[in-house]
Amino acid sequence: MNSTRDLTANTLATAKRIITQLRHDHRTVALMVLLPSVLLVLLRYVFNSEQMFNRTAPALLGIFPFAVMFIVTSITTLRERLTATLERLMTMPIGKVDLLLGYALAFGLVAVVQVAVAATVALTWLGLSIRGSVWLLLVIAVLDALLGMALGLFASAFARTEFQAVQFMPAIVMPQVLLCGLFVPRDEMAAVLTWISDVLPLSYAVDALTQVTTSSEVDGTLVRNLLIIAGSALAALLLGAATLRRRTP
Amino acid sequence: MATAVGVDRLRVVRGGREVVRGVTFDVARGSVTGLLGPSGCGKTTVMRAVVGAQEVASGRVTVLGLPAGDRGLRDRIGYSTQSPSVYADLTVAENLGYFASILHAPRGDVDRVLDEVGLKGNADQLVTTLSGGERSRASLAVALLGRPEVIVLDEPTVGLDPVLREELWLLFHRLADAGAALLVSSHVMDEAARCDRLLLMRDGAMLADDTPDALREQTGEQDLEQAFLALVRR
Repeated sequence: MNSTRDLTANTLATAKRIITQLRHDHRTVALMVLLPSVLLVLLRYVFNSEQMFNRTAPALLGIFPFAVMFIVTSITTLRERLTATLERLMTMPIGKVDLLLGYALAFGLVAVVQVAVAATVALTWLGLSIRGSVWLLLVIAVLDALLGMALGLFASAFARTEFQAVQFMPAIVMPQVLLCGLFVPRDEMAAVLTWISDVLPLSYAVDALTQVTTSSEVDGTLVRNLLIIAGSALAALLLGAATLRRRTP
Repeated sequence: MATAVGVDRLRVVRGGREVVRGVTFDVARGSVTGLLGPSGCGKTTVMRAVVGAQEVASGRVTVLGLPAGDRGLRDRIGYSTQSPSVYADLTVAENLGYFASILHAPRGDVDRVLDEVGLKGNADQLVTTLSGGERSRASLAVALLGRPEVIVLDEPTVGLDPVLREELWLLFHRLADAGAALLVSSHVMDEAARCDRLLLMRDGAMLADDTPDALREQTGEQDLEQAFLALVRR
């Protein structure tokens, strides 16, 4: 009954629905697609040094989509919970995983566009140079966006209002940004902080992005880091699925 | 008449309070059953239990021979929540198209339900630009997609002008004549007379379960609001 055909059909229908919702909201689309690029331009001129920019920009190419997707997804899902469209969907023949994969597909596509624009601006205009593959850089950044999306979905289950959902952004995203090695290399932090940083998925994303920038080698560490990011995104997505209930109190 | 929905000694506890206290009733196929009572009496909770969205403390709810919420019921039951459950940032037609594809509703169903709720002229309008009444009709339209056998509507006529209300009640009876079982809630007693059968709730308990005529006879009141009061005072 709930065959793979249903899974794909429901997932595609949901992704199409979310993209259509975004299409009606030009301002959000413009903000999502352009904001990371604008911030990179700002950063470039704040540093006023290509070398300094080159050190931080790759990490930010991952962090911006991560943060933006977190916030957009947590608000969208919360809205779905609050307006009872979720309750209605949960009485219909759609699996929780179908629904979440639809979200992942739609926001994943947005992330691809967002990252492609930001990377193009950084690489052509702002003088970012990377040793490794540009494609790999894009893949890592999109995985980051999906991780942010999955965490946002999960976090939305604990928010009762949109105010709370917005506050989860600094609560869940900022500690990861502070500890990911962007400000201080991870192995130079106090032992406790290094341990914490070791269990936060964004750390591995920034490690991977830094490696792609500084070397063209694809080694075991890089592959491991990619698997950790993808695994964390999947785990967060499954935790998010567990927070969707057909029956509520 | 065959039973479509059977509720047996249903109890629901929310926030430590027993909001539905042992309610028993049936909804027959081919009829419109009205669930009436003041706001806060437990109507919505009972309806949520019927569609399988409510955690229940005890009792049994059976829909089309299956336990409520069963996977096999998900495309056989139409449900419209009290607050309109449609996406505000989509057009009416886009909303219906999405839900129709989830329900595997046949092609043309979107146009049919738009026509039935009188929103044909608003198909390409964003839900956010609709009036409150139009929005609740858009939400009602979703519940009619795929011609479900059981239709559960929570206060579908709130905020509608008398003409539209009349049209919707005629629609409900047409759907019942075609074989569907409808459970429709309202807190306006003047809608009670339009139902084939009445369920009167108060404080989580069932006060009466009868036809409008039988209620009038039993209480000696012609007006159903007065009949309701007579039952409360007993």
